[in-house]
Amino acid sequence: MISRLGLRFVALGYLALLLVFPVAMVFARAFQDGVVAAWQAVTTPEALHALWLTILVAAIAVTANTVFGIICAIVLVRHRFRGRNLLDAVLDLPLAISPVVVGLSLLILYSLTSPVGAWLAQYGVRIVFSTPGIVLATIFVSLPFVVREVMPVLREIGTEQEQAASTLGASPFQIFRMITLPAIRQGVAYGVVLTTARAIGEFGAVSVVSGKISGVTETMTVFVADRFQNFDLVGCYAASVVLAVIAIGTLLLTNLFEPREDR
Amino acid sequence: MSASANTGAAPAGKAGAAPVNGALTRGVTVIYLSLIVLIPLAAVVWTSFGEGIGGFLRSLSNPQAIAALRLTFEVSLVVVFINIVTGTLIAWVLVRDSFRGKGLVNSLIDLPFALPTVVAGLTLLSLYGPKSPLGLNIAYTKAAVVMALLFVTLPFVVRAVQPVLAEMDLEMEEAAHSLGASPFTTFLRIIFPNLLPAVLSGAALSFARSVGEFGSIVLISGNLPYKTEVASVFIYNQIQTDNIAGAAAVSVLLLALSLLILIGLNALNRWGRRHDQ
Amino acid sequence: MSIAVCNVSKRFNDFVALDDVSVEAPTGSLTALLGPSGSGKSTLLRAIAGLDDPDSGQIIISGEDKTGMPPQRRGVGFVFQHYAAFKHMTVFDNVAFGLKIRKHPKDVIRKNVNELLELVQLDGFAGRYPTQLSGGQRQRMALARALAVEPQVLLLDEPFGALDAQVRQELRAWLRRLHDDLNVTTILVTHDQEEAMEVSDRIVLMNHGRIEQVGGPQDLYEDPASKFVMEFIGPVNRLGDTYVRPHDIEIQLSANGSTSEATVENLIYLGFEVRVELALKDGRKLWAQVTREDARQLDLEGGKQVHVRMVHSRVFDRANEESPAEDSL
Repeated sequence: MISRLGLRFVALGYLALLLVFPVAMVFARAFQDGVVAAWQAVTTPEALHALWLTILVAAIAVTANTVFGIICAIVLVRHRFRGRNLLDAVLDLPLAISPVVVGLSLLILYSLTSPVGAWLAQYGVRIVFSTPGIVLATIFVSLPFVVREVMPVLREIGTEQEQAASTLGASPFQIFRMITLPAIRQGVAYGVVLTTARAIGEFGAVSVVSGKISGVTETMTVFVADRFQNFDLVGCYAASVVLAVIAIGTLLLTNLFEPREDR
Repeated sequence: MSASANTGAAPAGKAGAAPVNGALTRGVTVIYLSLIVLIPLAAVVWTSFGEGIGGFLRSLSNPQAIAALRLTFEVSLVVVFINIVTGTLIAWVLVRDSFRGKGLVNSLIDLPFALPTVVAGLTLLSLYGPKSPLGLNIAYTKAAVVMALLFVTLPFVVRAVQPVLAEMDLEMEEAAHSLGASPFTTFLRIIFPNLLPAVLSGAALSFARSVGEFGSIVLISGNLPYKTEVASVFIYNQIQTDNIAGAAAVSVLLLALSLLILIGLNALNRWGRRHDQ
Repeated sequence: MSIAVCNVSKRFNDFVALDDVSVEAPTGSLTALLGPSGSGKSTLLRAIAGLDDPDSGQIIISGEDKTGMPPQRRGVGFVFQHYAAFKHMTVFDNVAFGLKIRKHPKDVIRKNVNELLELVQLDGFAGRYPTQLSGGQRQRMALARALAVEPQVLLLDEPFGALDAQVRQELRAWLRRLHDDLNVTTILVTHDQEEAMEVSDRIVLMNHGRIEQVGGPQDLYEDPASKFVMEFIGPVNRLGDTYVRPHDIEIQLSANGSTSEATVENLIYLGFEVRVELALKDGRKLWAQVTREDARQLDLEGGKQVHVRMVHSRVFDRANEESPAEDSL
């Protein structure tokens, strides 16, 4: 009935129209006034600051979520305790919540008029409309990736290697460093890549919590939106190209680190 | 006969992998999650009931809120159904067909996961918005919203169906053919029922993502209240106009919806696995 | 280097894995913990190693009470059924692991590891990874790794269970020779009675978390303390409360005082031996084991009427106590 070629054509056509052509178009638009103009647009002080801020925030978020991710994976896989299922479920929340709700939650909790915000302000710590808020929001939305990638790996390797190491005299910390960590290497790497991509791409939560103060609290994604709203289309598309290139780089890395399933 | 050997899921006596006391690591985990996720969310719920249940319901009965929610549900459902068809189709082609560049196409599917949502919206705007080389302009229409959602939810059904399809026993289909079933009938009666849990799982994830999506929609849809303003944009606008309680109320609704979907997915996954045994 | 287990009990929720078990393994011996699944043998081994803690009782190794001590400090070497190889390390690094932990100098480590690899016939494999080795090779590596730290005691948990029959046979003999050379006090857990008989000096037969009998292989075979022991070790015919080994049934052509009549039902030729399936006059079935010479001399064939006599038998009544045996059936 429906031929194989027909199916292939429809599938590829859909992908081309939805994904490929639009992305290609962005590249075209970015360079429509020439490469120099595009370069200049992404090397303005605001643009560079946005890039720097994005990298800084992503680095902090990825580090925090990786350490947490490894610990949490161990807790979920190796420990048995009441509330384990609840913990497991809470981990999925960041993936299911709208980013603006994430931003709103931080705005409410840490605004200067809230008890927590006011208390922190006493020590000169400012969360909303400032970098710490952006960091918290980014940690929130990119939280589960390392955990979720490490858990199946931990389950698969089992505890026997660790038990063997203990009979050979290794302390619990030595076991963790020399046996557990190397074994989960790939899962961690893959999780880190996913976390990084998510952290760099965050927009909604950051928009809400950062105040979008140009040159101060703008990340790359917010910068893109800002350029768009100021009708600076070259700037907007050029910055988009930077983000798209990072995204494609991420895709390549995930292909490298994808946990191979041995059947 | 030891209960703890070989599973890795139970504590292995004293030789466990935690570098420090188990209770300490559990505590750290709980504290981190509370600080980052749970307490902020609790703050939203608290604020939404700031003026009691009455205030909560009042915020929700704001006609603009209702319009935003209704639009959100509509487009999300439309997107889900389109994704079920296209997602299954793409998964089918990726698993059963072979052609040069298939690996590349397979990697492409993950692009919506890797690309920032705001950039996704812009890519669609550049091709299908004003100044489109195709002469099309769907900016500021519902179609734009649907298209943006299709972009960001593309991978869900595909990635859910692919492994199931790949593992499916070809022999089942061969048996059906030998008994006289046409390819279409075989698909409908043999293949699709086996794919159903995976398809539903992907659909649920797609729906959950759609109702909360913000970045790809906010630039492309024009955010016209009652026309193209989705729930997330409504919340954003309420925040901008300092109606925090109103924003919180709609947020709580979306939160509840997300929770429902998560629970449903969990049950679905368990049902799907029972099928396997 | 001896091991003493004193009144050790352990349960997992409702399941009693070990019930007040006491046993000793003398220095330099190779003791087999034998028993069916669920008998508690692995649990006992892991308790000795410190991988699981007993609920009560003591574990004394080389005269020191090591109850409650973590495995790191017990001076035991442990070999797992599925090797527990460190997959991300080479064979060399696997074997060297314990020595590295103890911060021995590099050249000492290299010397020791190479000697051990030679001992287990894996010299030349030092640079390979465990996934590149066969099952038998991996287990030899695991053994070398455990021996590297010169443990006082060597504990092996069904070490050959995951291997092919042929490899199992080879490694059994090899382990026996190794033990004769090294004389490390060794405890081996197995469910295979043939393996226990072949390899060990002493067998500790366990069932339902308790010890049924301790003794040398021949002792358990010839002088079983209970019907469980008799049935577990070696083939047995059961007639009511009387238990008789197939090779203790003598087949004669004519009656003679203590014989009973029987009909040959089936003959199964197993190379050197012949298994003769018989039916007594009252219908009870049993089988005898004779050499093929005897079978030929007696001219055995299906349907033939013969007379049988028990050369040796045991009676275990309901309470599992022994009563004087009778010759006739």
